[in-house]
Amino acid sequence: MNRTLIVRSIGPAAAIQDSGRTGFMSAGLTRGGASDPAALHEGAALLGQMPSCAVLEMAGIGGVFEATSDIRIALSGAVMDATIDGATVQWNASHLLPACSVLKIGAARRGNFGYLHVGGGFATPSYLGTQGCHMSAGLGRLIAKGDILPVGSDASTDTGFYVVPEQRLDGGKIRFVRSMQSDKFEGRTITRFTKTDFRRDPRGNRQGIRMDFDGEGFQSGGQLNIVSEVTIAGDIQITGDGTPFVLMHECQTTGGYPRLGTILPCDLNKVSQAPIGSSLKFELLTFKEGAAIQARSSAVLSGLRKSIKPLIRDVTTIQDLLSYQLISGAISAKNAPLDEG
Amino acid sequence: MKNLMTENFEIQETWPQIKTVGLAGIIVTFSGVLSEPANRAAIAFLAAARSAEWEELEESNSTLVSTFLKIDLSVHRLEPIIERLQNLVDSRDWLAAPLPSGRTLWRVPTLFGTDRAPQLTEAAELAGQTIEQAITDLSTTSMRVLTIGFAPGQPYLGTLPEYWNIPRQTKITPNVPAGSLVTAVRQFCLFPYATPTGWRHVGVTGFLSFRPKSERPFPLSPGDEMIFDPVTEAEFLKIESSDQSGNGGAQTEMLK
Repeated sequence: MNRTLIVRSIGPAAAIQDSGRTGFMSAGLTRGGASDPAALHEGAALLGQMPSCAVLEMAGIGGVFEATSDIRIALSGAVMDATIDGATVQWNASHLLPACSVLKIGAARRGNFGYLHVGGGFATPSYLGTQGCHMSAGLGRLIAKGDILPVGSDASTDTGFYVVPEQRLDGGKIRFVRSMQSDKFEGRTITRFTKTDFRRDPRGNRQGIRMDFDGEGFQSGGQLNIVSEVTIAGDIQITGDGTPFVLMHECQTTGGYPRLGTILPCDLNKVSQAPIGSSLKFELLTFKEGAAIQARSSAVLSGLRKSIKPLIRDVTTIQDLLSYQLISGAISAKNAPLDEG
Repeated sequence: MKNLMTENFEIQETWPQIKTVGLAGIIVTFSGVLSEPANRAAIAFLAAARSAEWEELEESNSTLVSTFLKIDLSVHRLEPIIERLQNLVDSRDWLAAPLPSGRTLWRVPTLFGTDRAPQLTEAAELAGQTIEQAITDLSTTSMRVLTIGFAPGQPYLGTLPEYWNIPRQTKITPNVPAGSLVTAVRQFCLFPYATPTGWRHVGVTGFLSFRPKSERPFPLSPGDEMIFDPVTEAEFLKIESSDQSGNGGAQTEMLK
């Protein structure tokens, strides 16, 4: 059967993504991949498939898609209004998109990057071993109106599940650990950095996002004479005028500006999703604390498949019926905490 | 070892240094300044670390004076990894390590100056050279690939004579085209695609260091040498109009 999604309209910055490519760092190519990797895990859990499946990443604005056959979908990441043939469907949930039906996804109401997952994953071409676009390296391209997106084969027919996502759409507390150049900064500069209220600046892209703030900058002592050194996603890079930039997944592989610290991968998702102007505050953890928090977050993501819940409760399919508190009416299908992103 | 684990601000002055890079891995740095031995050490240490085939190692690279090993430190315990790395660091004098075997010398036809590379005159003046002397220096110095980085496949090449220690521009040139040869601080960069830069644009080649559709998308490796042979504008136009491969007429030979 011809399994495709026809793109009837699309926002200005939508592209196929996955978890990026490893093994090319020594060739000058960073991993890239989805801006919010946690969303890959959530969609995969909802569809019962691997988080390595390719997805459609939609920055800010969704699109209109027509299915050429029955396709299972899941929606994750930034919360967007979605309808199938005019009927509202829940975000952070899986649904059936029947053949010839039309899925409409609107603008992001919270967060920046929304994700459309399909059962079997998108079956688009690979570049250097994987399907995810790497915009700054020119691998892949943005999705355009009229594109026909091939969808992989799908053994399952299960839909109608939701997942409660990790909170990450509104900025907030961003945890980091010291990194290789933190000792170039005076202790009081780092302390002041952790006490400063930052705002997500509009100046940002897939390589890095500027942090806006009031007051003096955060220069290091040896700012001008460091040798260019490896950069990784999550690095807090301080430019010559003392402004912090958070390096994102498509950052360069080396950089000549000192790094004050490195954000935990689980909290880098919050930076990705933080709307322009939202407030961010940085908290310094010890290496041990940071490693433990990151390990816990990774464990939550890999165990997500066990925590998905059916959207509509059918008593005959609830395995652990006795564990539910039925009398007090605590279970509500209508008020499930779907949008608590 | 002790310094790595402390949370204070003491400055380490002994080399090599082993440090964590966030939770993403560990870096071994051989010098606080760029030097030929430190660069050679970083390349050799990378090869040795890779050949040890540690299962924790996701990927790795060498930069100007460091080797970076990407290891998820939220999954793998730090102490045993540091111990293994310290043993490898202590096992030999890395600054005396030989260059890797199987290196390639690339001779790349290059158009210096003209309106295609408009900052040759300015760069020559800063180096205190006539244009003729500048072209001789830039085209006869065998330049080593110190590291590949910043953009995909992009080489940092060094090093030119000391009087080519010219600073970066304070103003950024908004756009130089793919294949551009630019210089600053005794080095060259050869850009795989159009880019803004603070380095001065002294030459243009048809050599693309990133060829995404090719069997070999990244032709260069750290330790390779490059010589930029001067060609006339007419010769360069001929290469430009006939070459589809991204090789730009480059000739290669194996180095011993």
